[in-house]
Amino acid sequence: MTTRPSSTLLLLALAGAASVALALLIGSVRVPPRDLWEILVGTADAPLVSIVLDLRLPRALSAFATGALLALSGAILQALLRNPLADPYVLGVSGGAAVAALIALALGAGALGMQLASMAGALATTATLFVFARRALFARATSAVALSDDGTTHVLLTGVMIAAFCAAALSLLLALAPDGRLRTMVFWLLGDLGGATSLPGAAFALALLAGSLVIAARLARPLNLLLRGDVQAFTQGVDVEWTRRTLVIVAALGTGAAVTLAGAIGFVGFIAPHLVRRVVGNDQRVLLPAAALAGGALVVVADTAARTVAAPLQIPVGVLTAMIGVPLFLWLLRTR
Amino acid sequence: MRENSSARLECRNVHLRAGERELVRALSLCVQDGERWVVLGPNGAGKSTLLAVLAGVRAAYRGEVHLEGRRLHDWTVEQMAEQRALVTDRWHDPFSASVLDTVLTARFRLGGADAQGEHVAREWLAEFDCTALVDHDVATLSRGERQRVALATALAQDTPLVLLDEPIAHQDPRHQALVLDRLARTPGRTLIASLHDMNAAARFASHALLLTGRGDWSAGTAHEMLTAPRLSTLFEADVITVPAPNGAPLFSIGS
Repeated sequence: MTTRPSSTLLLLALAGAASVALALLIGSVRVPPRDLWEILVGTADAPLVSIVLDLRLPRALSAFATGALLALSGAILQALLRNPLADPYVLGVSGGAAVAALIALALGAGALGMQLASMAGALATTATLFVFARRALFARATSAVALSDDGTTHVLLTGVMIAAFCAAALSLLLALAPDGRLRTMVFWLLGDLGGATSLPGAAFALALLAGSLVIAARLARPLNLLLRGDVQAFTQGVDVEWTRRTLVIVAALGTGAAVTLAGAIGFVGFIAPHLVRRVVGNDQRVLLPAAALAGGALVVVADTAARTVAAPLQIPVGVLTAMIGVPLFLWLLRTR
Repeated sequence: MRENSSARLECRNVHLRAGERELVRALSLCVQDGERWVVLGPNGAGKSTLLAVLAGVRAAYRGEVHLEGRRLHDWTVEQMAEQRALVTDRWHDPFSASVLDTVLTARFRLGGADAQGEHVAREWLAEFDCTALVDHDVATLSRGERQRVALATALAQDTPLVLLDEPIAHQDPRHQALVLDRLARTPGRTLIASLHDMNAAARFASHALLLTGRGDWSAGTAHEMLTAPRLSTLFEADVITVPAPNGAPLFSIGS
């Protein structure tokens, strides 16, 4: 009972490390596993070091951070909204990021410009969400507004509406886009880690992930109670509004950063929490870190496959996260 | 340490509304330690609203609630959790969780290292005839079983005041009696429960608050309040008493 969650987490951490190692070895230039250590300490041949450290490492770390942030956000939102169908995209944050990124792309911006626009879009959408859902996010239980279990519905409805608006704006952008840019846009929308080649970018995302995990660890106990209704959580001593607000910010920032790094990778934020939930159960103290590790590993594996199985063609990584994740989930559904 | 003069819970000039509708006008009430109050009234009279206000979950339209002599508004969420528990009949079990883990949520305020938690949770589950359910998934329980788990949860919170919104609504006759019996003989607790069953109320309560739902209310000892004439007026029905073979007469609705 006490050893199982920690051993599962350890196993998932090893899987994450193994997936990153795999991503460093596999590609157009195949690196023998025994050379990896020499490369990492910088004593191997210069071209090989450059391929692994300058190209593959930032991309693998970005992939891990992306998957982990999306899975953590998804797990948080599924618990917070008490809805197993929730994913990081229900709040509309990724939609806002995508709209801004595609506008930047249409205006001829490069990778950095798109990333900046994407982050700005994510933040703007988060702010919009807070303005329109403020009744649920800022209501004090003892004010004129009664605390009710409808608060989460209000946040969810607001997010879904923002997402719907962003989807319409994306369709408009795609319809108006010149043919030359259309392919890049569609690819970005399906998720693309091809632009994630900067080590500082990966480091920033990993730092955000670490911070989010620390906050998630602190709020996992109150979240366990929120899962069972706002009113009950409040009477049992949870500061409902503060907890909900903080977790919405964590989820929104994580989603924004992930979308900024990798485009709108679908599905991992939905499937990773469900995958680990079937193994570790619903204690958020275990589920949140486990989902992050599983999501990270899943995207690293999917991205490695995306750039190798049809090389030199690249398959959108978002397609592969679903193609790997769905059979895995259906298998777990059957065996448990 | 003990202030016998100050009430456990006090309503001062409390007004309750549902939208534009006035439910309760200028309610003033003192609940002392160890008393068992029943709140009676027709559907929509404001019983659940009153319990939510007493729990600090919602604010009164006007007036103040004082807990241990201090305005409810001035208590922190954590402090309130040490003082009162609330049993509603709305449960959210979207993801699977064991019955034991569900009851253990009541121990949140005691922090991560709560050595007593599991023992207390199991004891209360046993009190409410849920021992066989300890390892079950809450999502698989019947409404009656789920309600008894909710009662065990509230009592495992270990608070002096327990507010109960229709605690026997989903119970079969045997469990109705069991729940009220366990609640009534729990030492050191002050209880406020809304009930629909007049006979259950008479068995359970030391005091009664009658809400008409049109603003009027009356409160007093169960002996004064739970009489056929008063209940007839309250429910706008012909409440009569019929002799029982043993014990107090029973209430019934005449034709």
